[in-house]
Amino acid sequence: MTRPIREALVVFGYQLRLILREPVWVVIGLIQPLIYLALFGPLLEPIAKATPGFPPGDAWQVFVPGLLIQLGIFGSMFVGFGLLGEMRAGVVERMRVSPASRFALLFGRVMRDTLVLLVQAVVLTLVALAFGLELVPGGALITLGIVALLGVALSSLSYTAALRLKSEDALAPLLNMVSVPVLLLSGILLPMTLAPHWLYSLSRANPFSHVVEGARAAFRGDFGATSLAAGLVAAAFLAAVSLWLATRTFARESA
Amino acid sequence: MITTRGLARTFKTRAGLVEAVRGVDFEVAAGEIVGFLGPNGAGKTTTQRMLATLLAPTAGEATVAGADLRREPRRVRERIGYVAQGGMTNPTALVAEELVMQARLFGIPRPDAEARARRLLAELDLAGLDARPVKTLSGGQRRRLDIALGLVHGPPLVFLDEPSTGLDPHSRANLWGHIRGLRDRDGATVFLTTHYLDEADALCDRILVIDHGRVVAEGSPEALKRRVSGDVVTLALDGDPAAAAALLAAQPNVRAVQPVDGGVRVTVERGDAEAIALMRVLDGAGVRVASLSVARPSLDDVFLTMTGRSLRDDAPAAAPGGAP
Repeated sequence: MTRPIREALVVFGYQLRLILREPVWVVIGLIQPLIYLALFGPLLEPIAKATPGFPPGDAWQVFVPGLLIQLGIFGSMFVGFGLLGEMRAGVVERMRVSPASRFALLFGRVMRDTLVLLVQAVVLTLVALAFGLELVPGGALITLGIVALLGVALSSLSYTAALRLKSEDALAPLLNMVSVPVLLLSGILLPMTLAPHWLYSLSRANPFSHVVEGARAAFRGDFGATSLAAGLVAAAFLAAVSLWLATRTFARESA
Repeated sequence: MITTRGLARTFKTRAGLVEAVRGVDFEVAAGEIVGFLGPNGAGKTTTQRMLATLLAPTAGEATVAGADLRREPRRVRERIGYVAQGGMTNPTALVAEELVMQARLFGIPRPDAEARARRLLAELDLAGLDARPVKTLSGGQRRRLDIALGLVHGPPLVFLDEPSTGLDPHSRANLWGHIRGLRDRDGATVFLTTHYLDEADALCDRILVIDHGRVVAEGSPEALKRRVSGDVVTLALDGDPAAAAALLAAQPNVRAVQPVDGGVRVTVERGDAEAIALMRVLDGAGVRVASLSVARPSLDDVFLTMTGRSLRDDAPAAAPGGAP
């Protein structure tokens, strides 16, 4: 095992133990998507049948992958707050003064965040079965992979923003400002195929819209769809760029 | 163990450039306890953070524990321990868990890391607290845990930033004992910052006095104090102080004599060595000495002489970047 991976596993184990000591946060992170599932999902069933332009597949096969992507984005977006707390406590500095690779110090945390996210995603999918989701197991697994890539991307971006801003007061409004357009332009709640032309074109510029459509193709078992390939590429691209950016920020002297 | 050449750091702020450290040159030998003494905002922490690879210098060079600070930061990190001013622990983590994790970041395998953690906890009077969450520790215990975290990989050079700030007198004395132990028992070099005169005096083999980002004086606490004004020997006399003063002023090692009410104040190079000689001179002349006291100048006098202000008047503004 190479040194950075070994070091990242040390950070991962440490961070995982910390969160397992207060697992209530993992549960709280699930409450919002579960409420969407229960209170918004049923509204889509009649709409899916009656609306021209609604993507193929059963309403739950359209809605659940969207919810999983939403969980991937919003579940990971706020991890930077935890880092700010550790920075204030001096824990980040203590790790930075060790010879461990800067990539490992970051990636250990990202792995923890991604694991937590996957556990939440599995629970959410299982609950959706009770609402009548017809599961294509291969497609669900691919979607979990996409969710994992999003977890890597969004937690890296959240850490980058936290390290640069160094303040909760600045991080909270930034996340709010970014999250609403990202959510609305990704077609998570209602598919962008329903949108007027200009709005649809705008949504194409949002990589998350491709990720959502890829996940929907996977969920209905359409493994040959170009939208699935595009979604995977978009998710992998987001993860790679974000991880690179965050590692660079972690290595910067003033971070 | 440490050599710096023109090490400097400038911060950009909205108000303009702030020169926190303006080119410091000094050396620290292996096995020394060296103190950086200065008021808040003098540049102590900024210098230490540069030497610990946490802050890039804007100018200058340094060799730390045998490695070049700019070109080999990883090698520097392998050989130093750093204990920050504001603590370094996660409130919800367990005491032993913190130590084991830190050791493993230095590549120490788990069983060895656990053994080191146990040994350090015993050495720093924290035995039995292994499984306690950090937030349940007292201030003194938490500070000792911070120090243990800086020592868990056995570094030959340890940086301590204001080690005893916020501790009660008992915990402080106890901590000083541990710091001396680092040098005496482990042969480590300790470089600490402090704005406490008594701490610098009690603990350090050598002191660097820093003010406004420059080293303004350097030496052992004793030598620094001597350099300022010499010792003052006060003699209470049964007899005429003026005659005694004239007699003492003629002595070779006496710098100044001042008659005071009922006696004389004599400034000499070394009070402990000269006091008896002064008494004998007076005795020989038939002047009876009722009492005698020797006073050393304090490090505050040193600081006052070097900078024109008292160390106790803290500078109003600290340097940015949390670097007092």
